[in-house]
Amino acid sequence: MTALALQARGISHRYGSLEALQNICFELPAGTRCGLIGPDGAGKSSLLGLIAGVKKLQQGELQVLDGSIRQRRHRNSLYPRIAFMPQGLGGNLYPELSISENIRFFATLFGLSRSECDTRMHALLLATDLERFAERPAGKLSGGMKQKLGLCCALIHEPDLLILDEPTTGVDPLSRRRFWELVEQVRGERPQLTLLVATAYMEEAEQFEHCLMLDRGRLIAQGLSRELAGATASGKLDDAFTCYQSQQQDDRSRTQAPLVIPPRPADDGDIAIEAHELTLRFGDFTAVNKVSFAIGRGEIFGFLGSNGCGKTTTMKVLTGLMPASEGSATLLGRPVDAKDLATRKRVGFMSQSFSLYGELSVRQNLELHARLFDLNKADSTPRIAELIERFDLGDIADQQSGALPLGLRQRLSLAVAVLHRPEVLILDEPTSGVDPAARDDFWRLLIELSREQGVTIFLSTHFMNEALRCDRISLMHAGRVLACDTPAALQQQFGGQTLEDAFVTCLEQAQNSSPAPTEAQPVSTTAEAASPPPRSGFSFVRLFAVATREGKELLRDRVRLAFALLGALFMMVIFGYGISLDVENLAFAVYDQDQSPQSRLYLEAFRGSRYFAEQAPIRDAAQLHKRLQRSEIKLALEIPPGFGRDLNAGRQPVVAAWLDGGMPFRAETSRNYVEAVHQANLEQLAALSSRAQPGQAAVKLETRFRYNQDVISVNAIGPGVMALILAFIPAMLTALGIVREKELGSITNFYATPLTRLEFLLGKQAPYLLVSLVNLALLVAMNRWLFGVPFKGSALALACGGVLYLLATTSLGLLISAFTRTQIAAILGTMIITSLPTIQFSGLIVPRSSLDGAAALMGQLFPAGYFLDIAVGTFTKALDLRELWPQCLALFGFFAGFTGLSLIMLKKQEV
Amino acid sequence: MQRLAHIYRLGLKELTSLRHDSVLLLFLLYAFSVAIYMPAAGSVIGVHNASVAIVDEDHSLVSRKLGEALQPPEFQPAVTLPYDQLDQAMDSGQYTFVINIPVNFQSDLLAGRTPELQVNVDATAMSQAFMGAGYIGRIFERELLDYAKQAVQSPALLSPRALFNPNLEGGWFLAVIQIVNNITILAIVLTGTALLREREHGTLDHLLVLPLTALEIMLAKIGSNALVVVLCTWVSLEVVVKGALGVPLAGSMGLFLGVTALYLFASTALGIFLATLARSTPQFGLLAIPVIIPMLLLSGGSTPLDSMPQWLQWVMQLSPSTHFVSLGAAILFRDADASVVWPDLLALAAIGLAFFAIALARFRRSLAS
Repeated sequence: MTALALQARGISHRYGSLEALQNICFELPAGTRCGLIGPDGAGKSSLLGLIAGVKKLQQGELQVLDGSIRQRRHRNSLYPRIAFMPQGLGGNLYPELSISENIRFFATLFGLSRSECDTRMHALLLATDLERFAERPAGKLSGGMKQKLGLCCALIHEPDLLILDEPTTGVDPLSRRRFWELVEQVRGERPQLTLLVATAYMEEAEQFEHCLMLDRGRLIAQGLSRELAGATASGKLDDAFTCYQSQQQDDRSRTQAPLVIPPRPADDGDIAIEAHELTLRFGDFTAVNKVSFAIGRGEIFGFLGSNGCGKTTTMKVLTGLMPASEGSATLLGRPVDAKDLATRKRVGFMSQSFSLYGELSVRQNLELHARLFDLNKADSTPRIAELIERFDLGDIADQQSGALPLGLRQRLSLAVAVLHRPEVLILDEPTSGVDPAARDDFWRLLIELSREQGVTIFLSTHFMNEALRCDRISLMHAGRVLACDTPAALQQQFGGQTLEDAFVTCLEQAQNSSPAPTEAQPVSTTAEAASPPPRSGFSFVRLFAVATREGKELLRDRVRLAFALLGALFMMVIFGYGISLDVENLAFAVYDQDQSPQSRLYLEAFRGSRYFAEQAPIRDAAQLHKRLQRSEIKLALEIPPGFGRDLNAGRQPVVAAWLDGGMPFRAETSRNYVEAVHQANLEQLAALSSRAQPGQAAVKLETRFRYNQDVISVNAIGPGVMALILAFIPAMLTALGIVREKELGSITNFYATPLTRLEFLLGKQAPYLLVSLVNLALLVAMNRWLFGVPFKGSALALACGGVLYLLATTSLGLLISAFTRTQIAAILGTMIITSLPTIQFSGLIVPRSSLDGAAALMGQLFPAGYFLDIAVGTFTKALDLRELWPQCLALFGFFAGFTGLSLIMLKKQEV
Repeated sequence: MQRLAHIYRLGLKELTSLRHDSVLLLFLLYAFSVAIYMPAAGSVIGVHNASVAIVDEDHSLVSRKLGEALQPPEFQPAVTLPYDQLDQAMDSGQYTFVINIPVNFQSDLLAGRTPELQVNVDATAMSQAFMGAGYIGRIFERELLDYAKQAVQSPALLSPRALFNPNLEGGWFLAVIQIVNNITILAIVLTGTALLREREHGTLDHLLVLPLTALEIMLAKIGSNALVVVLCTWVSLEVVVKGALGVPLAGSMGLFLGVTALYLFASTALGIFLATLARSTPQFGLLAIPVIIPMLLLSGGSTPLDSMPQWLQWVMQLSPSTHFVSLGAAILFRDADASVVWPDLLALAAIGLAFFAIALARFRRSLAS
């Protein structure tokens, strides 16, 4: 009795109300290979995620390599024993990093020593034929190369269980062959390795001894592939699948006749699409190189080729999405022109990924596009009904399209593409990721369109059985068309039993390379003393690996780095000069109804003050109001009639100062100035008054403005602005750190490796902290030397406070990043959460001691105010750590608090 | 006609998308309620709640009376400090004003010997230092009038009157400024990130193979965003500003909402322009900060425009927010009509058109590459 690698009992999994898996039970012996097949949305990825420990188990019992996946301790010991490669082309790789850097990163996470890593990496790269590209960034690799790199990253440690989620979807046949050769080689060296692979290719599943068949979240059949396939007459696994599927559900027994392609009616020589010497360059990279072909009206023309060979780009040029660098293309007899809207209406296009509006329902998507193609209501209503009927979308017409399984979404995309009865259809890998049955349905539609309606169809595909159905196919590689003919002719030309063989031969000839080396170097290092399993506790090595990786990405994104540094400098300059609360040159006008020597004497004081700038005098009361309303003047002084007479008589005439209350702060300041000038003026006036005696002031008031003797705005504002800038930029730097990985998929590495939450968070924070420290140093220098703000206090206190403040603000960004789900929400959240407490309540403009209630609380609950105290205190007040330690402590508290919250928000498993 | 129909349909699509984005809706709700009410209700203009300490070395009746004369809401109750703590208390920033009443103050005063009274002001508390010192001086003068040898009668009186906001309630203005600030953040960040998102997810390509022009796509985005934000602004002004905060808005609501729409046109175009400059969302986030924050702080809403250096005043004239703040204050508080505010209106429209033209040109070019 062999040991069991996997044992599942009653696993169920749901996303909201959607049931993804229902009561799954199976066992898998160690050292075997097992294929997992099923249509889209059957729950394959969910099941693999659960087994890899990436998703949290909701219900049921799952034993993985002799332990329950529920136990945290067991999960921690599993990380080095499981290798998981998620779905998608290189979604978990880091596009900015080179091949070797990607592999090294994974090696460090799994605790491999440098020499160990180098040996294994060398062997793996040799086996995958990637050695030559070791320094190329992962983002610039073709899909097939990305998949091979993904496998290298997964195999860099020595797993006992290898889980691959559709590793070859969207990969060309040649790369696919190489990929499986590598897997077999590893298996040969490590017989205890259990392999679990989800795949859409039945040929692949047939190679594996075991098979699990999933449909609509249920396991409909399991066992040895041979026996399962033997249940049907054909002995093929896909027929067996259809058979088991119909056994399970009687309602969906759509036993359809096998696909027959009627011959194409005689060629009338009418050309629908023509490309002549088409070339497209991005910089010095030639994506499409002198491509020529002609597609006849009503023809189904297939485009095959390795990943990244220029198929998509060629299609984009033909639709007018991209202008060609050289050569010409004609569509329906007219040159391709992005501005030619009339031709666009005669073409239907379907791009590689689902690009309709996921938040709209199926029907709404159709209606929207009917409108955009200018179909009128009378035409569009029956047309939409017809399409819903024809594409079998009736049951789901009012569901949100984004939530549908891939196969149904592709069907909707095609429905949208043919909605306006186009004469040409351009389809970019329309069936990638669609299960075989749905693909056949899809083809029935295409054939009907071509043969009955004469629609020209130009499509790209990786499936050989689809290529066989095309009238003609063209093989493309590295931007060039290698061959173009009917499938049968090509097979003859390149030899081989199948079209796939022909294709592989053709590609190999083109690449001028031999098949994978037969005497491959061993990729395992089992003979050598393997390093001890990675520690499950906190590890500085892993933290450092995360920090280095993040730092490299930042350094390579020069624009981001420049924005971060220059943005801070720019803001310092304009705020340093711009934020000033002094009111100078206040525009005022006089409404002198007295025109006496006394009134002129009184007004003289205002005219002489640097705070006031006089405008043309006011003539009447209506004008006074009007000019204030127009904001032409901010202050009007109204001298009553008889001012001089009353003054002389000691009757205390009243001067009215009219202020523009629209901007209260300015009005308040102006009032103060007016009162001060008025007060200073009184002594002079008293000489004119008969009653008032030139009295002596009772006390002498001595006002000492401390810390900023001349009340220069920049001395007070400059250090405060540092607090403002260093709240926004560091938070924005980190705010996208985690959420971007969530959106792009590399977050899986965090789920699937021994990386702990704290290592992940602190590692992400470190490079941004360094950049922010550079910012801090620059801002301090600008304050000191550009604005000439004197520095009186302790530099140590400022440094301490600065580091703690930056720790706090960068961890705030990380918290937002851990909390949000999209980058949009993260950016908005950062702006909104930071701006109110920093601008209004940090003490920058109004001292914090003057705030009360909710405003004061908001100021206290945000770090900016504390650093403002430290910055202003060390610059202007000669303070040191003895006085400023409470603020430093508070900042440390924020750092600890934000990090703690992030730890809670960040889950080590996907829910 | 067909173009209008396209814009209308695409606009409806944008609105449907918005309805499904619950996080965004939550944010809109916050931005137009709490984020306006909180700062406006807790707003402080001039001297308010200033912290005062008194170092009373005289311990006399007069010195006590002086301490009691400083009253809320301008001042917090004065705290008595021993002399040797004066410097430390000021250094810590605990008190903005520390008043030192010397020994024999009362006896000197009564003897007409003009004693000296020291007011220490923390001049780093910019908004309060200068005004507060003036306040304290006038309050003490009034208080000490009784003790002076001779009664002094002021020869003339000054009566300051504020038009449009008689009690100079800071919250009135701040509520409107908060609305302006939130609109700015929303308009720029939302349209910018939405565009980058469409590009990163490939849906932009899809739009471009439809018989649509870049102009139609842009107008649909701007139009639908503007509609939502103008609606939110209106509800917020009626419910939060007029209702909850009790601010009497004198001016024409219709005119202000029209101006808001114009401002949105300008600022969303700016958002699209920034999105065409950035290559990824993280880049956009960093690029948006040095654009948005100055627009919030230097447009005249938070600090007076007149006191900036002349070159900066000119630069800020290029920012649509400067004109919007000025229009907002004029229309809502000073009840100005179009005949009064037309220069700002014209400037805003011109800036909006310029931004739009640049954004459209860049948008077209970025689509082609």
